[in-house]
Amino acid sequence: MRLEYFQLVDRIETMDPQAGTVVCRATVPTESTVFEGHFPGHPLMPGVLLLECMAQTGGHMILARNNYDKMAFLAQADRAKFRSFIVPGDVLEVHSKLTHEGSGYAVCEARILKDGKTVADAEIRYRVVPFPSPELREKMLEFVRSVGHTGIA
Amino acid sequence: MSDTFDAIADIIAETCNIDRDTITPESHSIDDLGIDSLDFLDVTFAIDKKFGIKMPVEAWMKEVNEGRASTEDYFIMANLAAKIDELRAAKA
Repeated sequence: MRLEYFQLVDRIETMDPQAGTVVCRATVPTESTVFEGHFPGHPLMPGVLLLECMAQTGGHMILARNNYDKMAFLAQADRAKFRSFIVPGDVLEVHSKLTHEGSGYAVCEARILKDGKTVADAEIRYRVVPFPSPELREKMLEFVRSVGHTGIA
Repeated sequence: MSDTFDAIADIIAETCNIDRDTITPESHSIDDLGIDSLDFLDVTFAIDKKFGIKMPVEAWMKEVNEGRASTEDYFIMANLAAKIDELRAAKA
């Protein structure tokens, strides 16, 4: 994770866009200014960032499913649960599965595992729209290549 | 009133926290009921799931934006119910 760049996913481990599944890996940094405030003397990964981590994971799969012609924007999170404290240095496995694909939107069930145990989960909805700018699309493609998805032109 | 109208009126009332009695076949879901885009996404999801369809909202909005249709054609409740019935019939 590079919290200062809002990059909450380090690597795409496996992805099957047709099946609507993806697994990403994310390691919580050992140091970040985030932990100076959250919380002093008791550093914890903020729940909102874990939610973003789940959203980014599903987002990668939705982009691939749409051949990188459309961008997925977080629109709604339901039933978000943060079941355990996540601390600096934790290694997380993030799963997301497409549960519904509508016209201009998509819905995923996501969960984060640590040592095989679910530590967070949520239902996440996305608006799925054509990229609002070519620059954003290029940057996303560049980013996606950097996190390990090689199946793109 | 059709079963479809009643079903989508129930969905809108529950999803958008709108008094069910204020929703009539003549209501415009955006102009009269004030459903914003996020709530409409919620409503679309609930309708898609209930009827096992995929409301082509993107195509509808494209028609509206290109002047080939008006919002009334799709977002007046009675018209919306009719469009959903068409989608259900096409699926059957």
